[in-house]
Amino acid sequence: MPKVKAILSKVNIPSLPTISRRTLVLLWVVAGVLFVGLLVVLLRGHSFPLLQTRGEVASRQRDLLIFATVLAVLVLLPVYIMLFGFAWRYRAGHKRTYKPNWDGDSRVEAVWWGVPIIIILVLSVVTWVTSHSLDPFKPLTSTQKPLKIQVIALQWKWLFIYPEENIASVNEVAFPANQPVEFSITSDAPMNSFWIPQLGGQIYAMSGMSTKLNLKADVVGDYRGMSSNISGKGFADMTFTARALSATGYNNWVQHIEHHALGVEHLDMDEYKQLAKPGTSGVKYFHIHDPSIFDTVVAKYMHGMQSTDTDTASEDEDNHTHNVEGHMNTEDM
Amino acid sequence: MFASLLGRMEWHYFWHGWVQFGGQLAMVGGVLTLLAGMTYFKKWGWLWREWLTTQDAKRIGVMYIIVATVMLLRGFGDAIMLKLQQALASGHSDGFLQPDHFQQIFTAHGTIMIFFVAMGLMFGLINLVLPLMLGSRDVAFPLLNSTSFYLYVAGVVLANISLLYGEFGAVGWLAYPPLSELAYSPGPGVDYWLWSIQIAGVGSLLSGINFIVTILRLRAKGMTLMKMPVFAWSVLGSMILVVFAFPILTGTLFMLSLDRTLGMHYFTADLGGNAMMYINLIWAWGHPEVYILILPAFGMFSEIVATMSRKRLFGYKTMVYALMAITVLSYLVWAHHFFTMGAGGNVNAFFGIMTMVIAIPTGVKVFNWLFTMYKGRIEFFTPMWWFMAFATTFVIGGATGVILAVPAIDFQVHNSLFLVAHFHNTIIGGVVFGYFAGFAYWFPKIFGFRLHERLGKAAVSCWVGGFLLTFIPIYILGMMGATRRLDHYDPSLGWQSLFIVSGVGTLLIGLGVVFQIAQLAYSVWKRHELRDTSGDPWDGRTLEWSVPSPAPQYNFARLPVVVARDAWWEAKRGGKAIFSGAYSDFTLPKNSGVGVFIGAFVAMFGFAMIWHIWWLAVLALVGVATTLIRRTYEEETEYVVTADEAKRLDMKSQKAAA
Ligand code: HEM
Ligand SMILES: [Cu+2]
Repeated sequence: MPKVKAILSKVNIPSLPTISRRTLVLLWVVAGVLFVGLLVVLLRGHSFPLLQTRGEVASRQRDLLIFATVLAVLVLLPVYIMLFGFAWRYRAGHKRTYKPNWDGDSRVEAVWWGVPIIIILVLSVVTWVTSHSLDPFKPLTSTQKPLKIQVIALQWKWLFIYPEENIASVNEVAFPANQPVEFSITSDAPMNSFWIPQLGGQIYAMSGMSTKLNLKADVVGDYRGMSSNISGKGFADMTFTARALSATGYNNWVQHIEHHALGVEHLDMDEYKQLAKPGTSGVKYFHIHDPSIFDTVVAKYMHGMQSTDTDTASEDEDNHTHNVEGHMNTEDM
Repeated sequence: MFASLLGRMEWHYFWHGWVQFGGQLAMVGGVLTLLAGMTYFKKWGWLWREWLTTQDAKRIGVMYIIVATVMLLRGFGDAIMLKLQQALASGHSDGFLQPDHFQQIFTAHGTIMIFFVAMGLMFGLINLVLPLMLGSRDVAFPLLNSTSFYLYVAGVVLANISLLYGEFGAVGWLAYPPLSELAYSPGPGVDYWLWSIQIAGVGSLLSGINFIVTILRLRAKGMTLMKMPVFAWSVLGSMILVVFAFPILTGTLFMLSLDRTLGMHYFTADLGGNAMMYINLIWAWGHPEVYILILPAFGMFSEIVATMSRKRLFGYKTMVYALMAITVLSYLVWAHHFFTMGAGGNVNAFFGIMTMVIAIPTGVKVFNWLFTMYKGRIEFFTPMWWFMAFATTFVIGGATGVILAVPAIDFQVHNSLFLVAHFHNTIIGGVVFGYFAGFAYWFPKIFGFRLHERLGKAAVSCWVGGFLLTFIPIYILGMMGATRRLDHYDPSLGWQSLFIVSGVGTLLIGLGVVFQIAQLAYSVWKRHELRDTSGDPWDGRTLEWSVPSPAPQYNFARLPVVVARDAWWEAKRGGKAIFSGAYSDFTLPKNSGVGVFIGAFVAMFGFAMIWHIWWLAVLALVGVATTLIRRTYEEETEYVVTADEAKRLDMKSQKAAA
């Protein structure tokens, strides 16, 4: 030990340079400006799905996001001004008033109870209204009937079933732009979350029940969709393309599959079981004769379930109105 | 026969690949070096007598902090691997981690950071100062305190053994079923996760009870609740949350373990199981948990800002009401973690609004700190730098939290990197900076010398700069639709440059960590120059600064009597003296190895449960029972310090200080 000490005492740790307060502030400002500059350069030309929305729901959600952000900035600004202002003005050595025993003033305190209360009140009203108006289960108002698409999350791919068209697809879902789409979503895998950011927010895909997501694309285009909830090894590849097509484009797409174009296979329960095996997948198309695959998948997990108060697929139609008002009672959760 | 004796243990669980091998080597190497060093320097007896079996809350606190710091390095190492992978794995490059390994790493990172770093630092700091602040000689139940610590260590040990033998959960830090059920995760990974936090969680619950009783029963004479330092209030709030929330965790994990070991169906997808139940329960614990962590940090800042501003805390009563309001409200918001489960407008709106309501008392606290600075004389020592770092970053986290609380917005950012940035913003900016501030602030009291100032400030600067550099790009990536927990992504998305910038930020945080280590090492080396001879290096306000540094084992030779808030500050300025009257006899707990043994047996039990070695599980439980029964036969568990002895010790320590 003494040897170690002797060696250590010879080591000369250079003392850190002293930096004046002003230089320090300047350094931070310069670093901040450089950082912002770097971000601007890096972000040029990249897409921001949450802001560059292409669907009615997503756009309303974006407006809400911007509104809340502006509100937040309005609160943060005075906080920062006071924080740095007070820190600077009242640093030790100042010649201003010093009131060591001043420990409260109910009028002043009332202000900072009051102001946040008012802001939160405003935001609460907005929250209440939009939680209902933007409820994913709620059908969108439109002159057109919604297109129904059933969605099954598999390990690690998405199966889309068109019960009225008798076709199905994997990792690609198409629909006409400007027509509302009603997705009924379940999972034959761990829990996933179904999300097409440019069209609107996500909803969980869970086994043994069906959740709903109502979306509408305003613009023709291909949009990225994915699962946002971890569901095992291949989860990062669980992406799909949502294709909002023109009316004719959509018809062609359906026809293409219906008429057994090259590579289109037949999907029955046996083939489904193959597909459901864990593994990632490219885009696939199927035609189907058995329109009940989705219901079968939901019902499969209901086995042994005693109560029937959960939102099962077989009750799907009857439950629909019930769904809209309070689709899952808290008891169901 | 032999095979079944070893449950489901198999050789191949030792080998996972070269990356893991590096980790294994580092861990085994570290432990062996430590053991060899202890043996070479013949320190085992000293370690056992002075530290392992101690009942002194301060020493237990130091041990918590040491373990938590080692775990911080591990958790940070995990974070670096995650960042490196995400910076690399775009397009054809798969990075250097297999998906399964990547998923184990973020699960381990989250679990370790929350349970073993944040909780460990929190309990450590509370142990260091709570009794001192209250004018007490110890916590209410010293043996229980030491047992809690060893349960925490048992959890730490199990979580880390998984690196050496077996695997960790690859299911995220809250292990949602059905993914965490047998059907999808049959291996021992989820069991390691489950038992390590189950055991540590029981320790937390016991600590919670201990500290509540300490606060309610062991305050100095004259210290009414409303004269108690705000830090003590914050601990009270936090521990109330612990006592109500941790049983939920215990129960939930217990049900999951029944599913996993006995094939039951509480949370499975089929046969009547309900995964949504698990998600509700785990967040009914999980949300209070984040407030369990942040409240003591708020308390620490309340002490630090007042002390450094040389001014009374502004709005003491408001601070207390705000703390208690947060305590109650934090039970009523858990469903904001799953707005996307489809509970409907009413439920979502209710939980969204309740969440925003919490922002009110939190905002009030921020304003009170600001007005504590106003018209003060602020000394910018390192703890105050941490406060500035906290105030600048935490409010952003608070603001993004309110944004996330609007369900319709949450649908778009849930499970995205925006969320990841938000919670790191509150946890690093709030909890971690808070605990670092508390550590720097109380360090001299415990060790008798100060930490080097400029190295500390360099560390703060790197942490804040690194934090912003890491997480601002992560917020932006969220806006670009990047989801969390991705081990690779398509290059056309244009995310890679941001991930790289963010990774550089993490390296800057790493530099901050290096400065912290350097600060500690340098301060230990220069401890004579940095010695705190006054016992009151910051011109403090509360009782802990009234005793010499390092605080003696018994804290107070004579118990203080107080008449005001900030009793020590007032006493120094001509108020009523806090120590008066004659010395009297008092008792102190004798050392005990009970905690060590219980911890060891429980770790053994956890290991047995993970690997299905039933006989070992039974044996371990018998071990716990035997230890407890033997303890009931011990007669002399305390020793008396006589009044004369107390006086002599007091004079001696005062002389040493002078
Ligand atoms: C020190 C700097 C830190 C860095 C650079 C960092 C980085 C990360 C990264 C890259 C992830 C994965 C993000 C993803 O899902 O894609 C993550 C997840 C997480 N981190 Fe940290 N982290 C840090 C500190 C902390 C601390 C101090 C805590 C808590 C006390 C924490 C708690 C968590 C949790 C709970 C998760 C979620 C794990 C999961 O997805 O299951 N982190 N962190
Ligand atoms: Cu929460």
